[in-house]
Amino acid sequence: MSERIPVLRIGDVLLVSIQTDLEDQSVLDLQEDLAERIVETGAQGVVIDITALEIVDSFVGRMLATTAAISRILDAETVLVGMRPAVAITLVELGLSLGGVRTALSLERGLAMLGRAGGVGAGRA
Amino acid sequence: MITAPAVPEGEQQTLPIASNDDVVRARQLVRTLAQQCKLSLVDQTKLVTAASELARNTLVHGNGGTMRVGLVDKGGRRGVSAVFQDTGPGIPDLELALTDGWTSGGGMGLGLSGARRLTDEFAIDTEVGRGTVVTVVKWTR
Amino acid sequence: MAERQESERLVKLLSQQGDVLVGRWIEGVSHTLRGRLSVLELDRELRELYSALVEGLRAGGPDWRGEGWSEVRALLTELSRNRARQGFSPTETATAVFALKELLVPDTDTSQQDFAAYLELNRLVDALGLFTVETYSKTREEIIGAQAEQLLELSTPVVKLWDGVVAVPLVGTLDSARTQVVMEKLLQTLVDTGSEQAIIDITGVPAVDTEVAQHLLKTVVAARLMGAECTISGIRPQIAQTIVALGIQFGDIVTKATLADALKHALRRIGTSPEAAAATVRGAR
Repeated sequence: MSERIPVLRIGDVLLVSIQTDLEDQSVLDLQEDLAERIVETGAQGVVIDITALEIVDSFVGRMLATTAAISRILDAETVLVGMRPAVAITLVELGLSLGGVRTALSLERGLAMLGRAGGVGAGRA
Repeated sequence: MITAPAVPEGEQQTLPIASNDDVVRARQLVRTLAQQCKLSLVDQTKLVTAASELARNTLVHGNGGTMRVGLVDKGGRRGVSAVFQDTGPGIPDLELALTDGWTSGGGMGLGLSGARRLTDEFAIDTEVGRGTVVTVVKWTR
Repeated sequence: MAERQESERLVKLLSQQGDVLVGRWIEGVSHTLRGRLSVLELDRELRELYSALVEGLRAGGPDWRGEGWSEVRALLTELSRNRARQGFSPTETATAVFALKELLVPDTDTSQQDFAAYLELNRLVDALGLFTVETYSKTREEIIGAQAEQLLELSTPVVKLWDGVVAVPLVGTLDSARTQVVMEKLLQTLVDTGSEQAIIDITGVPAVDTEVAQHLLKTVVAARLMGAECTISGIRPQIAQTIVALGIQFGDIVTKATLADALKHALRRIGTSPEAAAATVRGAR
């Protein structure tokens, strides 16, 4: 009964835009879907856009970190974009720094970052 | 903690927590109250995140339970109080459970300790075999 | 009920020569305000209050906290709020209410019944006077709170140094609350301006405690989560000593001696060489 988040493909990049407050099962489904789609499409990069998310708790945070780790094994780079300031402050307070996940301010920057692999600009959290 | 955190007294709402959807509902309800209370955006986010962690704990570790929320007032300062109650197995070693990184389930072990850091008042009452009650309060700045 | 009778008697006494009494009241009060409030305004204010008072007594009896008195309470709240905002003293504000007592002064001819009514009025006026003072001080507290907030806003300007580089120069003692405000404002500015580089300059900060140092650290980590980088510049020797002594891990956080060094670093990170930037500035002149 849980809805599935669409995974879009733009060139060799997969784009996931999370628009609503997700229940835990949808979060797990997304993680699974993404791994499958990476293999299926041979994508080089994954951009997860969380601009619309009002909170990221430890469950979603863990999914983001795990997804980044899984994609790396599957030879795709993950960039997390659009985290709101209040969400970032809360995550830090919660004790989650998402080590190893690359981040960018906006979708545009995230895509640009994947375009020039290893390029400078935004940070690695 | 010497003084017990404020619990909702006047108008309050109780929500059953029995499924993943209920955890989402718990977040939404707490957000509505946090907005009513005029908490700052950051404080709203902190409280809703804490509620999400605690509601999930109630569901996963407590085998389900309830969340009771309401507005509280102390000397003109307003706040939101939320009480999570379950009749699950209880927590045998509380100190350990409050340590960062300790987990009995599949999580990261940030639920309890994280919720404590994200709120202004935090109290936990647990008994093995009887259940657990966690109370949190976030005050306006 | 005896009290009810007194209220009714009081209504009669206050209505009988209503206009004369209000006139005397207004005159009495206007003396204490020494022309700092226009006579017209005071006139309107007190007349309204007077009729509300009589109406309150008529409808609600002596229970000034009751339903029938809501109009009086509303008017008094407005009056004390206005006085507080206009800078009148608590005494000047409360006197307006207490002066009501002098309208009805018993003499040797006063009947037993009227006397009781006078006492009733006294009791009411005391309660309303205290209510006024309480509202007044609440308003003052609100004003002070708002000013503190404004001061906080003013003392933490986030400035754009370059396209893609914002900075917040901090001056003075940092407490936990202020650092938190800075942190939120800085991070929001990163989003609003699309800047990937942030500089926190603490040249003007004499000392930090553990909590403040932690807040600075958290800001840097939060900025990273959002996809930006944060440099801390201008750390004084004492602060560096404090940080090490407190055992706070600054880890891989970029720190620079001066704001200028931090700007150079930030420019390089966004792919603009400091030399090119300098040339642009000269060209613009």
